[in-house]
Amino acid sequence: MIEVKNLTKHYGDKKAVNDISFTVNDGEILGFLGPNGAGKSTTMNMLTGYISSTSGQALINGVDILEDPIKAKSFIGYLPEIPPLYVDMTVYAYLNFMFDLKKCKLPRRSHLKDVMTLCKIIDVENRLIKNLSKGYKQRVGLAQALINNPPVLILDEPTVGLDPKQIIEIRTLIKRLGKNHTVILSSHILSEIQAVCDRVIIINHGVISADDTATNLSNKVSTDHRIIARIDGQKAEVLQAIRAIKGIKYVRADMEREKNIYDFEIEAEPGIDIRRDINKIAREHNWDILLLKTMEMTLEDIFLKITMGETVQMKGEEK
Amino acid sequence: MGAIYRREVGAFFSSSIAYIFLAVFYIFSGFFFTLNNIAVGSTNLSGVFSTLFFISIFLIPILTMRLFSEEKKQRTEQGLLTAPVSLNGIVLGKYFAALTIFVIAVSIIFIYGFILSLYGTVAWLTLFANYLAIILVGSAFIAVGLFISSLTENQLVAAIGGIVCLAMLFLIDVVASFVKIDWLQSLLYDLSFYTRYYEFTCGIFNLSSVLFYLSTAVLFNFFTVRVFEKRRWS
Repeated sequence: MIEVKNLTKHYGDKKAVNDISFTVNDGEILGFLGPNGAGKSTTMNMLTGYISSTSGQALINGVDILEDPIKAKSFIGYLPEIPPLYVDMTVYAYLNFMFDLKKCKLPRRSHLKDVMTLCKIIDVENRLIKNLSKGYKQRVGLAQALINNPPVLILDEPTVGLDPKQIIEIRTLIKRLGKNHTVILSSHILSEIQAVCDRVIIINHGVISADDTATNLSNKVSTDHRIIARIDGQKAEVLQAIRAIKGIKYVRADMEREKNIYDFEIEAEPGIDIRRDINKIAREHNWDILLLKTMEMTLEDIFLKITMGETVQMKGEEK
Repeated sequence: MGAIYRREVGAFFSSSIAYIFLAVFYIFSGFFFTLNNIAVGSTNLSGVFSTLFFISIFLIPILTMRLFSEEKKQRTEQGLLTAPVSLNGIVLGKYFAALTIFVIAVSIIFIYGFILSLYGTVAWLTLFANYLAIILVGSAFIAVGLFISSLTENQLVAAIGGIVCLAMLFLIDVVASFVKIDWLQSLLYDLSFYTRYYEFTCGIFNLSSVLFYLSTAVLFNFFTVRVFEKRRWS
C-alpha cells in the first residue's frame, strides 16, 4: 500500500509537483496519466527515494521513504523511464547482481529463472545487454524490478519503444502482476491506461486534475446527445430533416461508408436524447437506419477535456 | 556493498581497464626496477618505490574515472540509488573494488624482491613497510579519484581532473619550498603526500603518516557520499 500526502517538489523556482495526495491500495493497479513534463516521473522518483521531496510525505507499506529509506526501498521494484542496465553484462549476470544488491533471500537460480520466464527473456540470458533490442532491454528492466518479489511495483512508461505485440504482452503481464502486487504505472498513452488500470490519476502541471476509476471517468461525461447514425437516404434530404429536429446543435455527413450511404455525426444540446426523433424521421421518409450509436467519450476526450478545462480555468483565475 | 564490490571488480576486467592499468603499471615499474636494481646490481628497492608514487598519480585516475561518471551517464545510478542499500555501501563497494586492483598491481613488488633475493640480501621488513606505504597512498588517491568521478558524467573529465588534483597534492612540496613564512611552510610540509611517503622509502615507519593517509581516504569517501546526498536533496 502506498500513501502519498501533500507531496511537493521544487526545482529552483519551478514547481514540478505541487501538493499531491493519493492512496494506492494493495492489489490495485493505478495509472498515472499526463502529458510529457507533467510531473509523473518526478513523483515516481520521489516515491522510490531517488530524489527527495521538498515537502510532504510518501509511505510505502507504512514506512516513510525518507525516514527509513532502506526498508521502504526493499518493498519497491522500480523500472525507471530509462532502464538502469549495465550494458557490458550478460542478462543473467546483471539479474544476478540485482539479486545480490536487493539482498534477496529466495533460492537464487530458481527465482532468477522464474523472473526471466515471466518476462520472456530466458532465451537471451547469456547475451550481453548492449546487443539486445530495445524491447528486450525494456523487459530486462522489468525483470530487474521483479527480483525479490517486491509487493509494490512502480513502472515508469513500461511499454515505450516496444512493438505492438510486445506492448500487449507487457500489458497482460502487468495485469497478471496486479493481482498480487500494488502497481503504479505511468503513461501518456491513454488506451494503455484504459486497458490495464483499475484507477486513473490524471496529473497535469504537477497537480492532480482527476482521480477516479476509468469507467467513472467515462461516465462523468454523458454522451447520449452525441450520436452517429448511418442512414440510407438522400444526403441533402436527411441533413435537412435532422436539422429540423428540435435541439440539434450540428450535424455533419463527411463519411461515405457505402455507396450513397453516409454516416451522420449529430450533436444535440446536452441532456436531449434525440435517438427516437431520428427513428421517427426515418420512418416518415422511409429511410433505413443501418447503424445508430452514441459517440463514446474515450479517455482521450476526457483527458483533453480535463486538462484543457484546467488551463481555461487557470486563465480565468488569472484574469 | 558486497554485490557492488563484486560487480565492479568484474567490470574492471570485462571493460579491460584492469588489463590496461596493470600492463602500464608493470611496464613502468619493471622499467625502473631494471634501471635501479638490475642494471646497477643493487637490492635497494626504495628507488622503485618512489617512482611507484609518480606512476600512481597518473594511473589511479584511470582506474577511478568511470566508477561514478559512467553510472550517471548510463543512468544506472538510478538502479543503485533506489535499491535497498546505503550510500556508504555504494561508495565503499566501488572504492574497495578499485583498491583491490591497485593492490594486485603493487604486489608485483614481491616478485621483484624475490628476483633480487636470488642475487643478494633483501631488506624484507623495509620492503613490507614500503608496500604498506604505497597501498596507503593508493587508498588516499583512489578516494580522491572516486570523489572527482562522482562530480562529472564524462570519464575523460574525471580522469584529467583526477590527474590534476593528485599532481597538485604532490606539488604541495614544491610550493612549500618556496614559501618563506615558517608556520605556513611547516603546515604545507605536514600536508605533503610525498614527504611522508619519502620517509617510508627511507625505512622510517611513522604512525602519524599512516593516520594521515587513512584520514584522507575517509574524508574523500565522505565527500563522495555527500555529493549523492546533495544531489538527492537539491
